[in-house]
Amino acid sequence: MKKVKRLLAVLFVFTMLLSMTACGTKESEKEDSTSSNSADSDFKVGVIHIGDPADGAGYSYTHDQGIVAMQQELGLSDEQIIRKNNVADSDAAATRAAIEECIEEGCKLIFGTSWGYMDTMEELANEYPDVMFSHGTGYKSNGTNFNNYFGRIYQARYLTGIAAGLKTKTNKVGYVAAMGSENSEVTGGLDAFAMGVESVNPDAKVYVKVTNSWYDPTLEQQAAEALLDLGCDVLGQHCDTTAPQLAAQNRGVWGCGYNSDMTKDAPEAHLTAAVWNWGVYYTMTTKAVMEGNWNCENYFGGMADGLVDISPLSDNCAEGTQEAIDEVKAKIVDGSFQVFEGELQDNQGNIVCKDGEVLDDATITGGINWYYRNVVVQ
Amino acid sequence: MSNRVEKKIKEPFIRIEKRADLSSKVKWLLYTSAFFTAIVVGGIFLLAVGVNPLKAYGKIVEGAFRSKMAVEATIKLAVPLLISSLGITLAFKMKFWNIGAEGQIIMGGIFSTYFALFHADWPHFVLMTVMLLAGILGGGLWAVIPAWFKTKYGTNETLFTLMLNYIALYLIKYLTEGPWKDPEASGFPKIASFEANARLDKIFNVHAGWLIGLLLVLAVYAYLKYTKQGFEISIVGESQNTARYAGMNVKGIVVRTLFLSGAICGIAGMCQVSGAAFTLSEGVAGGVGFTAIIVAWLARLNPFIILVITAGFSILEKGCSVMQSTFGISTAVSSILQGIILFVILAFDFFSSYKLVIKKQKKGGAKNDY
Repeated sequence: MKKVKRLLAVLFVFTMLLSMTACGTKESEKEDSTSSNSADSDFKVGVIHIGDPADGAGYSYTHDQGIVAMQQELGLSDEQIIRKNNVADSDAAATRAAIEECIEEGCKLIFGTSWGYMDTMEELANEYPDVMFSHGTGYKSNGTNFNNYFGRIYQARYLTGIAAGLKTKTNKVGYVAAMGSENSEVTGGLDAFAMGVESVNPDAKVYVKVTNSWYDPTLEQQAAEALLDLGCDVLGQHCDTTAPQLAAQNRGVWGCGYNSDMTKDAPEAHLTAAVWNWGVYYTMTTKAVMEGNWNCENYFGGMADGLVDISPLSDNCAEGTQEAIDEVKAKIVDGSFQVFEGELQDNQGNIVCKDGEVLDDATITGGINWYYRNVVVQ
Repeated sequence: MSNRVEKKIKEPFIRIEKRADLSSKVKWLLYTSAFFTAIVVGGIFLLAVGVNPLKAYGKIVEGAFRSKMAVEATIKLAVPLLISSLGITLAFKMKFWNIGAEGQIIMGGIFSTYFALFHADWPHFVLMTVMLLAGILGGGLWAVIPAWFKTKYGTNETLFTLMLNYIALYLIKYLTEGPWKDPEASGFPKIASFEANARLDKIFNVHAGWLIGLLLVLAVYAYLKYTKQGFEISIVGESQNTARYAGMNVKGIVVRTLFLSGAICGIAGMCQVSGAAFTLSEGVAGGVGFTAIIVAWLARLNPFIILVITAGFSILEKGCSVMQSTFGISTAVSSILQGIILFVILAFDFFSSYKLVIKKQKKGGAKNDY
């Protein structure tokens, strides 16, 4: 019997070695065919998702809608898109394995959609100079094959703040934030939302609860419940799932979603959401990489580019919301209104932006670590 | 036992009974049919979710071996599983149910990460050696805790080791959000990536963990088979009383063996942080410590068979990952498929040692007494 086992083990190792060499030759053949025929049909794009687009709402879904838009626009087949779903960005080994699998599949361009993938992507960009890496929502880049993309979602948040400010009766607006004040993306977005609230309702306060996680349905729900217990009757959110909107709906109050139009998820509660049209960026970048003229610069698109927007107002909105939002939106698009324009005061009484000045992009992406004056941290 | 007593005990309709040892031939037949049944049942599931099972299985095998890079990825998955299965084997041989490999991997990772973060300037060889020793110490001490309590107070080791897993996991969370938080990550809770000097060297393009794993296969085999300590482990496992009559220091043996068991798992943690992740993150063990239990069990604690079964598991995992993205199906589908295959194999494994006995209709017909 021992012999049989040994034989099996040897056989196993043998087949492993065989397939190694067999695949090795296949790969080199493949490379030959690409070099002789640089058809677009060989071009593969990898996408690393933190969640599952099949959730039908929220962060990964929204990014994937952008990928689908890009795919249709550029006429790519399903085989040309390699999606790795549910890749935890708190697990560096899993992140690396997922990205390497895309490289293994022959992807020449890889989009990583979550903050935590950044360092791993940076390293892999150095290891694989022929593959283009585009990382969302971070700040690092190397100028040759690794860039960062993000957008002025704070513009959309300002508008949703208007809807929230007009809707609240208790003058307490809640906000479920993924990260604390040290994270400029979250904090700047929250400040913009709070400014929107204040612009139509100077008496209202914005109460914040931090989950310390981008994606955690349970924590998001708990944070939402805590804010509702405080008496908040509109919940804004910077987190990935619909949990805060559903919590608001359960209590018969309202909320402003994020990432995708959450009216379909919480029809009785949802007002309007700050949404991304990632397809704008994905199409532009994929096309450029395919044509070989990608500049690899960091991208920071806004409402004028069509990258960010708000979802259509639901019937739950207060009267006059549409008019108020349309007016400001037109000014944002034509550039006559800047969200982060002085004078801005934080909730400690400091002036963080002087009268007549506008925060520059470096500050907006990396330097907003203060809460606007009507924000209360819980 | 008398008939009168037997009548009093109500015999259940179905009961589980230990089988006499099956002949090797029958066993192999059983395992072969287990494998094929698993494939068939998994295939039915794939069919139900609208995936062609033949294509899917083809993709799984292809996915694990399709290129040099794919094979490397498969080996990378295998390393922590192999090492921690070997670690568990030592404890299981003694019938000490250490299901705390997960936590021991994590503690090994934490201990070695300390040196990677704060002593990255040490000479590479020194640093690697210290990190390896730190991993051994971290995992070993974490396993000694339940062993000591068991010998001292007779605590239940299964629960104890299980609970320690969660403590270890929360310790990572604490370090990630607290003292070891990367200040350059603009608030994102993560530990900084290791510098190149603190990374495990590659041998044939895969981190040296695979070599450590293979050496450990030989070491654990030799330790259990040829050393006095290995003999002591099996005696304590068979019967603590026998061991005591033979004048063995049972408590000492239990604590020592658990240290070694945890230490080996700690090595897996060290390899993960310095070879695969290049940082310490919550996913450092990623369930490997639990899968290792199944591997060790299926292999009947034989280090060489552990190697084979680890290879099978890693191929399945890597292949399923490729299948998921190729067919654009949910990650849940590939997890369920892996679960089904495993479940069927475990079921067959169960029936190789036990059988179900259906109650005979005739009174007093049961042969076995209680």
